[in-house]
Amino acid sequence: MNASKQIRLTTPFEPGILESLKAGDEVLLSGEIFTARDQAHKKLLGLLKEKAKLPLNLENKVIYYCGPTRRRPEEVIGSCGPTTSSRMDTMTPPLLKLGLKGMIGKGRRSEAVRQAIQKHKGVYFLATGGAGALLSKKVKSLRKVCFTELGPEAVCRLTVKDFPLIVGIDARGRDIFQRKGQK
Amino acid sequence: MKTIRERAIRECVRRLSLKANFSLRPDVKESLKRALAREKNPRARRILADLLENARIARRDSLALCQDTGMPVVFLEIGPDVNISGIDVQGAVRGGIAEAYREGFLRDSIIPDPLLRGRPGFSPGIVHANFSRQKGLKITVMPKGFGCENKTRLKMLVPTAGPGEVEDFVISAVHEAGPDACPPYVIGVGIGGTSDYACQMAKEALLRPLNRRSGLSHVARLENSLMKKLNKINLGPMGLGGSTSVLGVNISTYPTHIAGLPVCVNISCHVLRSASERL
Repeated sequence: MNASKQIRLTTPFEPGILESLKAGDEVLLSGEIFTARDQAHKKLLGLLKEKAKLPLNLENKVIYYCGPTRRRPEEVIGSCGPTTSSRMDTMTPPLLKLGLKGMIGKGRRSEAVRQAIQKHKGVYFLATGGAGALLSKKVKSLRKVCFTELGPEAVCRLTVKDFPLIVGIDARGRDIFQRKGQK
Repeated sequence: MKTIRERAIRECVRRLSLKANFSLRPDVKESLKRALAREKNPRARRILADLLENARIARRDSLALCQDTGMPVVFLEIGPDVNISGIDVQGAVRGGIAEAYREGFLRDSIIPDPLLRGRPGFSPGIVHANFSRQKGLKITVMPKGFGCENKTRLKMLVPTAGPGEVEDFVISAVHEAGPDACPPYVIGVGIGGTSDYACQMAKEALLRPLNRRSGLSHVARLENSLMKKLNKINLGPMGLGGSTSVLGVNISTYPTHIAGLPVCVNISCHVLRSASERL
């Protein structure tokens, strides 16, 4: 895509900014994102069920479905592409309810997730799967936040600069895959 | 007789694990380049170019091509002249994997128990040992990512089914995978044998270079036909459309029983990784 079509976005998101995005838009995201995938989601939901305090505040945050490779001493992070989002589908609506605004992953989402994104005016971004080496160059810092016992599935706070994304589902519930006539 | 020591196997598995994770297979890279030259969808073109750039960076910086460094599947082809008596082959393979994954800063994706899960580590992998007529011990390491492994499909077709039903099943498996498992895909298909053997053949088929068709003309025809049909479904890179939905269709066949027609589809993402050496 030519550069003029890319939209620059920064976290924390300004109120209303996500509503200007359309499924299919290309975005360069800068700021903070948090890695969390299967087991971290399961733990967060377990804590919610027990009404315990979560180790991270999800209000207006972005979750990246990613478990990076180990970090070389000379690098900020290892290879760090997205994992399949649909595995997190059943665990996503409760987090959106808590104020989560964005998710980054690859592939389709369920109808329940699409509706929850629309209801809470969030966004689902696609990152290029299988391009983890390339994406690692867009990460400027990494700090472990919680669940370190999960190894690569620990929650980490990443600072990213111009992280390339495509809007998969927008705040109005438009889905890039449905629009293309695919299930 | 050729006596092979544990250390030689461990060293070889270590080398191959690193190579497979850092260097995109030449035939896969070539097919991405050819796809880029043919592809007309601008977004698909940009993604394909990114994948080639990813391969360049991975190799340059010894970074994993994909963060999912897979469950390593190791194939051993044991020739008639090979003497491996008295050595711990499994242990050597396991050791080679763990060394490479630790040294290469790859991902600790293997949990010790499928139900209890537990803390992720670097090994073991899966070992498939086959006997071969070719001399020496051929070792192949294939780190198989689970985004695509999760899309594996097995179907026991009825014996009166034919190539048409096989094609329909393969196409349905690709539709089910859809955009989720990093298209453009490479499709490994195992036809015949038993259920377990069809699955093994489907995975082994992925080891064959993408530009080499089956030696059996009717199977090669099926490969070409599926390739053509699958590249018309407009799945495209990342599932966002385009004429590049699959980079290859490799089919392996084996004699089967009068009562059945097992078919397994093992899908690989575009980061199809493997490396081989003969000791």
